[in-house]
Amino acid sequence: MGAAKRIRADLVNFGRSYTRSRIGLFFGLAFPVILILLFGAIFSGSGSPATVYAQNQDNGPVGLQFLQALNDTGALQVTLVPTSQNFSQYLLSHSSSDGIVVPPSFTASYEAGIPVNVTEYWNPSSSTSQGVFGITSGVLNAFNLQRAHGTSVLGVQRTTIASSSYTYIDFLIPGMIGFAILVSPMFALVNISAQYKRDKIFKQLSLTPLTKTDWLLAKIGFYMIMTIISFLLMSAFGIFAFGAHITFTPWVIPFLLLGPFMFVSLGMLVGTVSTSVESAAVVGNLITFPMMFLSGTFFPVSTMPAYLQNIAHVLPLFYVIQGLNNVMIYGNDTAAVTDIAVLAVLSAVIFILAVRFFKWRED
Amino acid sequence: MAAIEVSSLKKAYGSLQAVNSISFDVKEGEVFSLLGPNGAGKTTTIEILEGLRERDSGEVTVLGLDPWKDGEALHKRIGVIPQGFTFLPYITPREAVNYYASLFDVKVDADEILRKVILEESASSRFMKLSGGQKQKMGLALSLVNEPDLVFLDEPTTGLDPQARRAVWEVIRNLQHEGISVLLTTHYLEEAEELADRVAIMNKGVIITAGTPKEIILEYGSGERIRVHGDSELATYLKKQTGLEVSYSDNSVTVVLRKKEDTLTVLEAIARSGLHWSDVTVRNDSLEDVFVKLVGSRMTEGGQEAPVN
Repeated sequence: MGAAKRIRADLVNFGRSYTRSRIGLFFGLAFPVILILLFGAIFSGSGSPATVYAQNQDNGPVGLQFLQALNDTGALQVTLVPTSQNFSQYLLSHSSSDGIVVPPSFTASYEAGIPVNVTEYWNPSSSTSQGVFGITSGVLNAFNLQRAHGTSVLGVQRTTIASSSYTYIDFLIPGMIGFAILVSPMFALVNISAQYKRDKIFKQLSLTPLTKTDWLLAKIGFYMIMTIISFLLMSAFGIFAFGAHITFTPWVIPFLLLGPFMFVSLGMLVGTVSTSVESAAVVGNLITFPMMFLSGTFFPVSTMPAYLQNIAHVLPLFYVIQGLNNVMIYGNDTAAVTDIAVLAVLSAVIFILAVRFFKWRED
Repeated sequence: MAAIEVSSLKKAYGSLQAVNSISFDVKEGEVFSLLGPNGAGKTTTIEILEGLRERDSGEVTVLGLDPWKDGEALHKRIGVIPQGFTFLPYITPREAVNYYASLFDVKVDADEILRKVILEESASSRFMKLSGGQKQKMGLALSLVNEPDLVFLDEPTTGLDPQARRAVWEVIRNLQHEGISVLLTTHYLEEAEELADRVAIMNKGVIITAGTPKEIILEYGSGERIRVHGDSELATYLKKQTGLEVSYSDNSVTVVLRKKEDTLTVLEAIARSGLHWSDVTVRNDSLEDVFVKLVGSRMTEGGQEAPVN
């Protein structure tokens, strides 16, 4: 078939130019890897324990035992402040809002069974403070229990929804794959389409048997290949550098194909309706960046206010990321079918619009 | 059969009548040149003929086809270099030729085509590293991939240095020898005079005149003239002796010749005058002189109109 042959010729030709351009290679291959390394490094492991300053004004042994127990939880790193210092002043001078003060009569009260409180300095807006409060309360309860010679009956064991032990990075990976699916074809096509128009390359190509649909399909094919490569690269770096758990299910494939189909078409549409390369870049960014942040790339859509969630539901990237989460994290393939269907319809609409507005020859 | 037939072609952009009822034809195997300043309507005309623009009215036949309706069929048989030809920056001429060959689904020897346009030495250089002349030659190479019967060259040498321009001319002459019809637009009158079998001078959307450069010069030129350095006394003497039209300005006497033999009569009269004379030149109008007369302006390097002073 003639069209298939032309599309293949254009794809090969485009791919060759692409591998020779540093910008293309950076966005296509290096950028997704940098992304995974950066976010992996930020969120890998359980994080270092929060530092909390403590002043022990107690003249018996229990105050010290209590602070020792706090430190032993591993979640807090307790730093003792000498009693000669003004504690709140000390916290300020160390730019810290988290501190614990054990009162002078702590041991005496503990032994006599008189209620006594430790004082916790906190910052209501800090999540660290919430953690410090929780841990402090927990350790105090243990002390109360011990004093009453009780034994604990109820306990908590932590696990994750999936069978193996997932780490934080595993939850980030679908978002980052979605990010790569969006950014690389979108930026490239916005730029290429506006540039080819300026340099009259489309006009030149319109004088060959290549049609504008052939041209766009060749770009879609190329970015499908690039997306699969960058998916494999991101997975490889995630696994080897951070021990990420990647679910290699065939269900990711529709997203790796529909994503580029969607964003190549969208990039083309933006570039083709813009009057200059510069305005195309601006419009491209105006679409790309809000979509990136509102579609659940870096934080779940469910944490956003309702009106923003409504916006998210019309963004194509939302369905890519939600779908990838469904198949990679939750193994919920049935829910992913809906995402695939929505994405397929949206992509088809954008593709048709892109072909429709794409001016190959003038009138 | 004519390669191109145009009659009463019109095209307007809003209130601007870019092409206002022009008619001309290009014979098979002929190099035909559209001459005119920027904004004359040359590119609009050529793009209509290539099937890139729709005409408002008029009859247009290119290789027997309607370019707008039968664009696909036509594009297989024509070659085109658009004005200010650019291409993909990272592609080499050899790759570009092979790319075009696979789009047209034809088998070509890329090196043979590049030899034809004198670009074989840069066959493996990336487009962005080529000089202006080499880029134009690559455009020529691409326009030849489908073995066209007709080639459109829209200002193929604009912005090139004289050496590169001559190299492109050589390629165009080779096309002519192969019997390919060429429609060439240019604002270098010298180029049209050098290459074209026939020219049409276009200004403000209309064709002012068309024909071979010789015919046009003969029709609109001021004829052959002898110019000699001398004073007004010499001018008066020559007028009396030869009975020809003589003018004088700035120590320069000009005699307009009516026939070939007048040359000898005038020279004899100069010798006999006994007056001081020097620097005798015989010159005829160039296409440029005629162009200035017809369009009322000279063209600058960029094709802009410049008033004659």
